[in-house]
Amino acid sequence: MSGKTKTGLIKSSIGKKVFMGLTGLFLCLFLAGHLAGNLQLLLPAEVARDQFNAYAKFMTTNPAVKLLSYLTYFSILFHAVDGLYLAWQNKQARPQAYYKKDDAANAGWASRNMAVLGTLLLVFIVIHMKSFWYEMHFGNVPVYASIEHGELKDLYTLTTTAFTEWWYVLIYVLSMGAVGFHLWHGFGSGFKSLGISHPVYTPLLNGFGKGFAVVVSVLFAILPVYLFLTSLN
Amino acid sequence: MRLNLKIWRQKGPKANGKMVDYTLNEVNPEMSFLEMMDVLNQQLVDEGDEPVAFDHDCREGICGMCSMFINGRAHGPMTGTTTCQLHMRHFNDGDTIVIEPWRASAFPVIKDLMVDRSAFDRVIQAGGYISVNTGSAPDANSLPIPKQNADMAFDAATCIGCGACVATCKNASAMLFVGAKVSQLSLLPQGQPEREERAIRMVEQMDKEGFGNCTNTGACEVECPKGISIENIARLNREYLRAKVVQK
Repeated sequence: MSGKTKTGLIKSSIGKKVFMGLTGLFLCLFLAGHLAGNLQLLLPAEVARDQFNAYAKFMTTNPAVKLLSYLTYFSILFHAVDGLYLAWQNKQARPQAYYKKDDAANAGWASRNMAVLGTLLLVFIVIHMKSFWYEMHFGNVPVYASIEHGELKDLYTLTTTAFTEWWYVLIYVLSMGAVGFHLWHGFGSGFKSLGISHPVYTPLLNGFGKGFAVVVSVLFAILPVYLFLTSLN
Repeated sequence: MRLNLKIWRQKGPKANGKMVDYTLNEVNPEMSFLEMMDVLNQQLVDEGDEPVAFDHDCREGICGMCSMFINGRAHGPMTGTTTCQLHMRHFNDGDTIVIEPWRASAFPVIKDLMVDRSAFDRVIQAGGYISVNTGSAPDANSLPIPKQNADMAFDAATCIGCGACVATCKNASAMLFVGAKVSQLSLLPQGQPEREERAIRMVEQMDKEGFGNCTNTGACEVECPKGISIENIARLNREYLRAKVVQK
């Protein structure tokens, strides 16, 4: 063999997958953090309002959290663009479809639909960020004076009001289903794309990933349903 | 037994193909799938039609020439078999069997069920070898190799390059093939001097050929007639990343 090769990592198929794995697994960490914050919504309303709003203030003003949030925005965008590009390349790799192909015979449903699930999640993220992130940063969320934490933007009331609409709750619950399926395959696959594979630890990691997928999606989905049901009373 | 066949017919690389129906009335359940195709071709020749072109060579399950996408599966419904080792007793009287060529832009159809798999040859030419002068065989055990590594290298080396992994992959990715070929040499001492360059060059050639990207669905290892493990894909990722970091 002779001659050095100088192709950049990101130009190669494996490099693109490595970045999918890195950004995807970072977003799994983000989801765990996001979920921990959201679970405060389950507290009794009188406690939850101040606590959740103080938490929201911390999350939007703390410099370290801000840095993490920029990393999160970047990861979401990179994961989406890279993923869509990979999916387009994959389509090019088989221009003529089979007359008959038994897809279910050898691969799971989630693994075969990562691009579709990811696209649904991208649409969901846009809706979700418009409703809460945009309102919190640039919208007119009412400000009130709390006893313990001083002036707070009332994101809590904005949130609980949003989930009084049944169709809005439905969008969230369905989207969390997409999250669950995406993670069901994505968590373990991310490690494989990074070249991490071991006869003992990989099955454990895959098992953990599937548990993570179920727990995260179910807990996230419980919140809008809970808020909707409490709003009925 | 009586069989209805739906077979992809295409006169040449540039021609438009289509599915054509055939009926075979006397198929012996003991025939291999390729022998059934031979009977069909004899019937077509007798009727003055053009026989169906398909790849085959050893008919012993070791050469990797026979291909065919049968009823939506590479090499048919059985696992761990090539098409020549698939027997008609696994089908029922009156069945309709759909037979197509491998579908991938990197494996263009030459004629009917034959595809051009020379993309695999070019990937091997890019680095799937070791540059040594051949001489007499070295003494046994003069080069110590851990048993486990020897076993893993041997398992990877059983790849016959048939292309079932590409054919079944929803992305037409060649990662199982390239993973097996890179693993086989990276696990052995003889492969070490060119380890990094090999991984990079073979992956570059694989990308150049227009194969898709790996989604780790695992379909390839299910359809592989030699049972090559998807573990080899993770190792390829590892080897490639390592090479990118280590290469000077």
